[in-house]
Amino acid sequence: MTNHWIDIQFSDCILAMGSNPASNHPISFKYIQKAMEKGATLVNVDPRFTQTSSRAHLYAPLRSGTDIAFLGGMIKYILDNNLYNEKYVKFYSNAPFLVNPAFRLPGENDGVFSGLNGTKYDKSTWSFQKGADGVILKDPTLQDPNCVFQLLRKQYDRYTPELVSKITGTPVDKLLQVYKTYAATGQNGKAGTILYAMGWTQHTVGVQNIRAMSIIQTLLANMGVAGGGVNALRGESNVQGSTDYALLFHILPGYLRAPLASLPSLKDYIEKSTPATTEPKSLNWWKNYSKYITSLLRAFYGTNVAPEEAYDLLPRLDDGKNYSWLSLFDAMYKGEFTGFFSWGQNPACSGASSNKTRQAMAKLDWMVNVNIFDSETGSFWKGPGMDPAKIKTEVFMLPCSASIEKEGSITNSGRWMQWRYKAVNSPGEATPDGELISELFLKVRELYEKEGGPLKEAVTKLTWDYGPKDAFGRVTHLDAHAIAKEINGYFLEDKEINGVLYKKGSLVPSFALLQDDGSTSSGNWLYCNSYTEKGNMAARRSRKDTTPIGIYPEWAWSWPVNRRIIYNGASVDPETGLPWDTEHPVIIWDGAKWTGDVPDGVAAPGAGRPPFIMKPDGVASIFGPGLADGPFPEHYEPLECPIDKNLLSPQFINPTIRRFDVGGTELDLRATCDPRFPFVCSTYRVSEHWQTGLMTRWCSWLAEMQPSMFVEMSEELAKLKGIGNGDSVVVRSVRGEVDAVAIVTARFKPFDINGQTIHQVGIPWHYGWVTTAMRKYSHDDKKPEVFTFGDSANLLTPFIGDPNTMIPESKAFMVNVDRKGVK
Amino acid sequence: MEVTRRGFLKVSGAALVSGGLGVSLKPVAAHAQPLKIQYAKETTTICPYCSVGCGIIVSTRGGKVVNTEGDPDHPISQGSLCSKGGSIYQLSVNKGRLDKPLYRAPYATEWKEVSLEWALDEIARRIKDSRDKSFTEFNEKGQKVNRTNGIASVGSAAMDNEECYIYQKFLRSLGLVYIEHQARI
Repeated sequence: MTNHWIDIQFSDCILAMGSNPASNHPISFKYIQKAMEKGATLVNVDPRFTQTSSRAHLYAPLRSGTDIAFLGGMIKYILDNNLYNEKYVKFYSNAPFLVNPAFRLPGENDGVFSGLNGTKYDKSTWSFQKGADGVILKDPTLQDPNCVFQLLRKQYDRYTPELVSKITGTPVDKLLQVYKTYAATGQNGKAGTILYAMGWTQHTVGVQNIRAMSIIQTLLANMGVAGGGVNALRGESNVQGSTDYALLFHILPGYLRAPLASLPSLKDYIEKSTPATTEPKSLNWWKNYSKYITSLLRAFYGTNVAPEEAYDLLPRLDDGKNYSWLSLFDAMYKGEFTGFFSWGQNPACSGASSNKTRQAMAKLDWMVNVNIFDSETGSFWKGPGMDPAKIKTEVFMLPCSASIEKEGSITNSGRWMQWRYKAVNSPGEATPDGELISELFLKVRELYEKEGGPLKEAVTKLTWDYGPKDAFGRVTHLDAHAIAKEINGYFLEDKEINGVLYKKGSLVPSFALLQDDGSTSSGNWLYCNSYTEKGNMAARRSRKDTTPIGIYPEWAWSWPVNRRIIYNGASVDPETGLPWDTEHPVIIWDGAKWTGDVPDGVAAPGAGRPPFIMKPDGVASIFGPGLADGPFPEHYEPLECPIDKNLLSPQFINPTIRRFDVGGTELDLRATCDPRFPFVCSTYRVSEHWQTGLMTRWCSWLAEMQPSMFVEMSEELAKLKGIGNGDSVVVRSVRGEVDAVAIVTARFKPFDINGQTIHQVGIPWHYGWVTTAMRKYSHDDKKPEVFTFGDSANLLTPFIGDPNTMIPESKAFMVNVDRKGVK
Repeated sequence: MEVTRRGFLKVSGAALVSGGLGVSLKPVAAHAQPLKIQYAKETTTICPYCSVGCGIIVSTRGGKVVNTEGDPDHPISQGSLCSKGGSIYQLSVNKGRLDKPLYRAPYATEWKEVSLEWALDEIARRIKDSRDKSFTEFNEKGQKVNRTNGIASVGSAAMDNEECYIYQKFLRSLGLVYIEHQARI
């Protein structure tokens, strides 16, 4: 989230699209209701009439996978009716920038942007024109036909309400009502917010869904203001933190890029990673890259290993190769790994195309599964369709502690880092994850010290000072505070900066003071300022708030540098420095300095510094050449869809996706426009369960409330298939099937797609065979107090991802539904 | 008389004073039904389910969780919790919790209970063997890559920040590049 939960109450129009906060983030709805009490409008766009829809002023249905068409139509509406904030767009976005005249839009190029070569774009035409001084050429009048603004107009001119309606199935009058209502937030002093979740990310056009909305938020001056922003409702208590800490192949902590094979030295890495700008007034914050990577290397390997040498100990990715989730399980299925950790996760139910995931694990030599309950992953070898006598995989299932049995911090969706305390001991031998990690590391290090091995220094020289040690140098008790301090970072020598002396061994007060000469450490520069000589900022509990916008600056801590609304430099007029919204100012110039929230990217009023300081040119990217699939979002159909053509262009699906179903394994199947699987299907969640259900199916109170896998369908579809409410049914895709109970409701309605009736169904993804009644329980197996029914929805989902993120397309695929026993 | 939580505490206090005067407390306690969090230690935590980050007070007595409830001081949740957050009591008080390390040998049809020390020693040995066997110093192009191709990891957004940090630090020291988790799916 660019903003945070409490901030939602200051919105004038809340668009919930690709999310269902009433069910899935229930307490967030407190702030949606507060906004509504003050007169805000709640708009909900969803294939299904959800709990959020039931409270919305305006509900519009759309077919899964057509959000870009919907939002593209909104961009057209905003431009056609001059509803954008012209000054904001001119000063704070790249709308005036002149683009290479050779650049072509999909509308004039068979549905693709210029430069497509196979499945990859040659982006040479996706560039800006530059003057002799290297500065980007601009047209402040926004009239030049090659300027971003005019290209935007041209791109979305094709997205007429009539055509959009044929693609999305949303009636034209509903489309126009949503457009009109949301576009009204472009007025000065009005704020609109978008609340999205996996309904937007889990598509082969996932990133472009969010890009489309980011363009709208920029046009309407909704970035940086209270009640505005682009807000991802993240699904897990610490998925923000685990992302910040880079449990992902492509990054190191703090969003530093993972080293590549083509960057042999730290010098090469820094040179290639540090963006440059020719824009005279741009701050280009990433110019500090060298300070963050050098401080990270210090946190990893301490002062005994020079930063250049420490870089050499890190693993490198092959250039252009993807190592993400789908690639990982594809490689596992092909037998490329001997060992595997599934630590605090249940991929046998959470991975797209779970049959492939489950079979992949049978190709391993050994696997470690750490969790608080038994799972479909740890016990995969005795799951449905598995013959243990034929599965070689050794499995170690280690019990770990629940959140209230250990101490440490988590970061919520609004970037608040909050400290948790230990309340009780864990049952039996269950152990905090951190202790298990530490014990394992120390044992592996001991083996390398004793026996040696390839590049053993990478292990033996790693710093590990996380608590009291015994006579053999082993950490006896893992101290979360010691880790939190290493993450914040230390001065490693006495250092004078701007006339202030910082003593060796003291905690660095802020990332602005991190150095690239090896004199500082920081395990994650974004969290530098979270644990300082003033104490553990995440543990703060003061409710003091002097702002009118509920930022509670002394409650816990928010990255970066306790800033609660990022990009807040854009909340003020570029010339006068006065807030767009005088009632809810985020930052205020008092004549000498900014007060309110921690200011982001602003100099004195009228100084002309563009506020999006993490972008090299300092402005919001309406034209975004960094992505794999185009500088503007363009509608493409999902990999599996019910119609045989893209009504907008000759290009059917996103041309840049990595197709596992072409030349892939026997399990990588696709069925599009296939009469065997005529219905669109989407996965979703319910309030009583969480993710794969691992942490809820074992809790009897929750299991009792939602005991069973179900499939929700319209009355019309039920009639067509002869299915009654409560009937036992089977949901099938080309990849698998799941048993479910039919829920026949008016919440789904058939769509009219270009004159064709299209049905959509929905299934929750919280279930799994481990907690069911019919499976065999042996003496070592735990048994739930309340059984659940049914297995994972992901047995049906396709093995395909977004070309930028590789997040699987679990929100739009094709299925059939029949009564049990009928085929 | 309507007895609120605060009001009830006052009533109990009055009873205690009477106790000092030689009146037995027992009948009073039996009559008033002591609050289930009486003499309990309160610890604050943040809900482990979705990412709203609601505050929860955990009351423990004798090393056992006796109650969990919304933290009224928390500026986001202000004491409210949803069905999941309201049930975290059952994450602790739950016979289904895994409490012993289990090991499944190749081709075995059953789990075997093992000690944690044995399991960690065996895992450490396998990590070293897999790493040593699959460690790749140079790729096909002859570029230095220093990586372990034979081990992969997924998880976890359910861990604390400090745990995520040391986990990735550990994995990267081993040379792993296949490091993924919930954020990707």
